[in-house]
Amino acid sequence: MSWLRANLFATPLNAALSLGGLVLLYLVLAPAIDWAIIEARWSGATRADCGEHGACWVFVKARLGQFIYGFYPPAERWRIDLAFVLLVVLAVVLRRRGMRTIVASGVGYFILAAFLLVGGAFGLPTVETTKWGGLMLTLVIAITGIAGSLPLGILLALGRRSRRPVIRALSIAYIELWRGVPLITVLFMASVMLPLFLPEGVTVDKLARALVGVVLFAAAYVAEVVRGGLQAIPKGQFEAASALGLSYWQSHGLIILPQALRIVIPGLVNVFIALLKDTTLVLIIGLFDLLGMIQAALADPNWLGFAMEGYVFAGVVFWVLCFGLSRLSLRLEARLAHNTRRV
Amino acid sequence: MGRRARDIAIQALALALIVGAIVYLADNAIANMARRAIASGFAFLANPAGFGVPMTLIPFDESSTYGRAFLVALLNTLLVSAVGVVFATILGFTIGIARLSRNWLIARLAGAYVETIRNVPLLLQIFVWYFAVLRALPPPRQSLSLFGAVYLNNRGIYVPAPIVDARFEWIAIAFGVALVVAIAIARWGRRRREMTGRPFPLAWAAIGLPVIVLLVGAPLVQWETPVLRGFNFGGGAGLIPEFAALAIALSIYTASFIAENVRSGILSVPRAQVEAAYALGLTRGQTLRLVVIPQALRVIVPPLTGQYLNLIKNSSLGAAIAYPELVALFGGTVLNQTGQAIEVIAITMGVYLLISLAISAAMNRYNRSIARVER
Repeated sequence: MSWLRANLFATPLNAALSLGGLVLLYLVLAPAIDWAIIEARWSGATRADCGEHGACWVFVKARLGQFIYGFYPPAERWRIDLAFVLLVVLAVVLRRRGMRTIVASGVGYFILAAFLLVGGAFGLPTVETTKWGGLMLTLVIAITGIAGSLPLGILLALGRRSRRPVIRALSIAYIELWRGVPLITVLFMASVMLPLFLPEGVTVDKLARALVGVVLFAAAYVAEVVRGGLQAIPKGQFEAASALGLSYWQSHGLIILPQALRIVIPGLVNVFIALLKDTTLVLIIGLFDLLGMIQAALADPNWLGFAMEGYVFAGVVFWVLCFGLSRLSLRLEARLAHNTRRV
Repeated sequence: MGRRARDIAIQALALALIVGAIVYLADNAIANMARRAIASGFAFLANPAGFGVPMTLIPFDESSTYGRAFLVALLNTLLVSAVGVVFATILGFTIGIARLSRNWLIARLAGAYVETIRNVPLLLQIFVWYFAVLRALPPPRQSLSLFGAVYLNNRGIYVPAPIVDARFEWIAIAFGVALVVAIAIARWGRRRREMTGRPFPLAWAAIGLPVIVLLVGAPLVQWETPVLRGFNFGGGAGLIPEFAALAIALSIYTASFIAENVRSGILSVPRAQVEAAYALGLTRGQTLRLVVIPQALRVIVPPLTGQYLNLIKNSSLGAAIAYPELVALFGGTVLNQTGQAIEVIAITMGVYLLISLAISAAMNRYNRSIARVER
């Protein structure tokens, strides 16, 4: 009671605000709960199982396989599941290992996962990338994007702090150029302009072209985050490294980068969250990520008029992923602050 | 090899690599374009476009040129960005301040807004507004009406528009003069306060004059209200649903990021500043206006600039719902008709780059002007 008084009804203005907030909450939540839960239909398989009012989750249920795996052949879906499980296991195992182990196993995983998803040897039938789609494609683009842009981003960050003016100018030009344009134009460039720049007869898969665009784009953002980490390293560390007789690459590889990268992990997670949300843009150049699959399903004449259900499903999936990652970023930040506290 | 020689060698090598790559790519492009018989150069901008555009701020028809189509697209991008920036700022500041409210419920509601909106992709939000909300509105004959002047249906929003005549022009001029006078008074007042320490009711003088002109002027202007003619509304000003969906989604999405900037900005002002202001006898309002906000702005402005730039770049997502902006109209329609991918995409990217650089330069200047003067 006293809590209510102190926190909601301290002054007349406060009381009015609280009541207004309650009314707003009721106006938004009541119809939403009514639509999504009370009036909603959950069981069934066809359109006939949908009610007059309320959401029809039957639609999402009927299409769930496609929303997650795209047009990947159902008999081969275990390969995606396996790649995903391996990723989770790797992430748990590598949590507190050294930089070198992480990089080596990351590269190893990347090759293994690419082989699993594409196939074409050891009895695994090839699955064309045109059949990839849904949540799986969203994750493939986001994870490849961040992993691929990391080495390039680190080089650019080092380049921007180089004492050689030409290297510095080139790095700054690259970073500012990519950060100044929207991702869509980069994807457009990758899809319509890139083929013009390749030699005659060389064609590159559409997904690969989009991935190149995403990696080049994300590298500029990664570079700025890494630069922040490099700036946070005290000058004494650089001086101590060169006093020990270490070369530029030795001092950066052994002393500076391991510290700088640890500092920027939360920032990198934030870049990853932004990238994960931005992968939806690939639907504009005709790739079917999660949102693209939902748009495609909405055009199915058997299931017209279930836009809200589809969007709510996609929204919840993205929200869980992004919110979870942002909490992870906060926790990493807190742990970092704890570990680096001066004694 | 000496350090200096090595420096020069490495830089020359880097430059040579970049130039080499560019020459190689350009060579491929020239060969490819020759084979596919694609024209090059910017002459296509003077050719007639031959298509119509559903929303234009300047006159445009089938006989207009591609160059004019570019202008139409650019203006549409700028319009939706400007509307988005205004509403995102208002909403963002409101939510950011609400999140710091001592009222538990209000703070929680604002927190829920921020966490929900910024963790869902913007494109998805645009789709929700366009395909799920605006499409679900009634057809023109059953339009939702507000005071018989504003109509809302699945073809768009229709509002009364002023008729531009001599009287309208006079009032517009009067408004402009009032604005200039108000700014002059505000500047003079601030200088006087800085010189003598005597306060001057700044805000009222500055806002009051133009508002009075507007209040007196608005009823004098003749308004044309939208009327249902045949299948849709005529008269007044209409906003296409693509514009509405994009503007709403951009404002709501960006506001959630601005709210966080505002919150961290206000939190960055030390509590002692507020206590010192109270001790000097300043009222709550004065403390907020003269002590807290100027210091908070110093922290808020740099990330706020970043959010404005993001909003402008994100307006390109209008391409996904065919709002005729730069990427959809110029990078899409014009590119498909002319086939000149390199020129069109270079122009499109160049425009975004120019806007970005111009805004960061302007904001950097503003930022310097409010920076702390260290004595």
